[in-house]
Amino acid sequence: MSTLAHIEDLKLSFGGVAAADGLSFAVTAGEFLAVIGPNGAGKTTALRMIAGVLRPDSGRVFFGDRDVTALPAHARVRLGLGFTHQIVRPFYSFSTIENVMIAAGHRLTESPWRALFGRSRRAARERAAAILERIGLADQLDKSPRALPLGQRKRLEVARAIALDPKLLLLDEPLAGLSSAEAAAMADLVRALPGDGIAVVLVEHNLGEVLRVADRIVVLDGGRVLAEGAPVDVMARDDVRKAYMG
Amino acid sequence: MSAYVASLVSVIGINMILALSLNIITGFCGQVSLGHAAFYGVGAYAAAYLSKLGVSLPLTLLAGAAMAGTIGVIVGLTSLRVRHDFLAVTTMGIGFVFLGFVRKQRWLGGELGISGIPDSGLGPVGYALFVACAAAAVVVFSLWLKQSWMGFTFDAVADDEDAARTVGVNTSAYKLTAFGIGTAIAGFAGGLYIYFARIILPDTFDFVTSIAILTMVVVGGTGSVWGVAVAAIAMTLLPEVSRAASDYRLLIFGAMLIVVMRFSPGGLAGLARLFLARRRMTP
Repeated sequence: MSTLAHIEDLKLSFGGVAAADGLSFAVTAGEFLAVIGPNGAGKTTALRMIAGVLRPDSGRVFFGDRDVTALPAHARVRLGLGFTHQIVRPFYSFSTIENVMIAAGHRLTESPWRALFGRSRRAARERAAAILERIGLADQLDKSPRALPLGQRKRLEVARAIALDPKLLLLDEPLAGLSSAEAAAMADLVRALPGDGIAVVLVEHNLGEVLRVADRIVVLDGGRVLAEGAPVDVMARDDVRKAYMG
Repeated sequence: MSAYVASLVSVIGINMILALSLNIITGFCGQVSLGHAAFYGVGAYAAAYLSKLGVSLPLTLLAGAAMAGTIGVIVGLTSLRVRHDFLAVTTMGIGFVFLGFVRKQRWLGGELGISGIPDSGLGPVGYALFVACAAAAVVVFSLWLKQSWMGFTFDAVADDEDAARTVGVNTSAYKLTAFGIGTAIAGFAGGLYIYFARIILPDTFDFVTSIAILTMVVVGGTGSVWGVAVAAIAMTLLPEVSRAASDYRLLIFGAMLIVVMRFSPGGLAGLARLFLARRRMTP
């Protein structure tokens, strides 16, 4: 399989503390990669640098063959690099389906000029309804996201990301705060994404679910890659166990 | 139509265009502006200056809009870095910078402004109808904008800029577009004003005017085209029908802002929606 995205020697420090200290790894097209590590290992920072929400002090981010290090987040989204926030960020003034429609109409919103002459919302509505049905929110279309419990809001966030037709989706702790049943259902949901040609990079604390769904694992510690490989191999390593146990 | 009615129609039309132009920036795109009168002023001064050089009415109106829109985009660039209350203070500063500038410019008439602006050639009634048509066109444009994907995307930017970026929206481009369109229309209103008043003074475009425009938007219902249009009409007529309302104009506008913010943040449009919803519920 070909490399879909890779990062090279990313460094970023906050007030002298290195959140990324020479971080390099690659994502293969169509794979399900989990990034794990103890608290403060720099997992979310890594994800946010790939997404373009954070700029590294040095190092480079590639998507396909293209160096996207200088591109802002919204431009990376348009190349097919989607991401979801750790804390859900729906548009609260929109209904559930409108939240997905604005993403489904991404070709129309590419420039203000094109958006001004885009009138029909029907195609975006149909696409959004189909995605929400698949994701288990078919009954909530016209509800406000405020009326949805956290588990459904997290699903909405994933639905919105899927509607952007990403090639790679970066998920920042989609299972956090969910009950074990909800977490398992959510893990199954995102596990199915590579089947649709969407590679996934998952940052997650819930090790049980990570080991169940990931094709491959990257373990971070202190802003560096400690280990990477198949889940069973990685978790058997002493240094990984030690990093987790402290 | 009497001369009085014609002048009233002209003022209502100009105020409606001003309020709707700010509504695009503040109502649609969620960017607060406390200095909107400056762009009204830029359009007025540009149009007045050119009209005295003998440039025709349509061209002066276009030039006023273009000038205001260009400066609006430049000011909008500052809005990319500041948000909410900081943006409010920044835009307020723009208003003062504009006034401070024109008051000291001899070629713009300084404190005395520009007088002797040529006649529109349409007569008072003809000009009132022209302004009314222009106002109607701005209403139609606002409705079009709101229904388009641009309006939908503005809603997203106004709701949550970070979330908007997650769905691939170039929030900077959209905010600049809102500033460009809104300030250009305000400049157009400035051009319309000069052929009505035939004289312009710097104080016409002061902070009080900015607040009056903002009050029309807030009272009408931020983001609602019909609400803002109705509020512009009502708030222009109010000082005309009541002498007391005219004397205490500033006090009344301020009080209206406070009352609406406290009791009906959705403005007249919010009240109308509430009323319709209640009527639908009671058979």
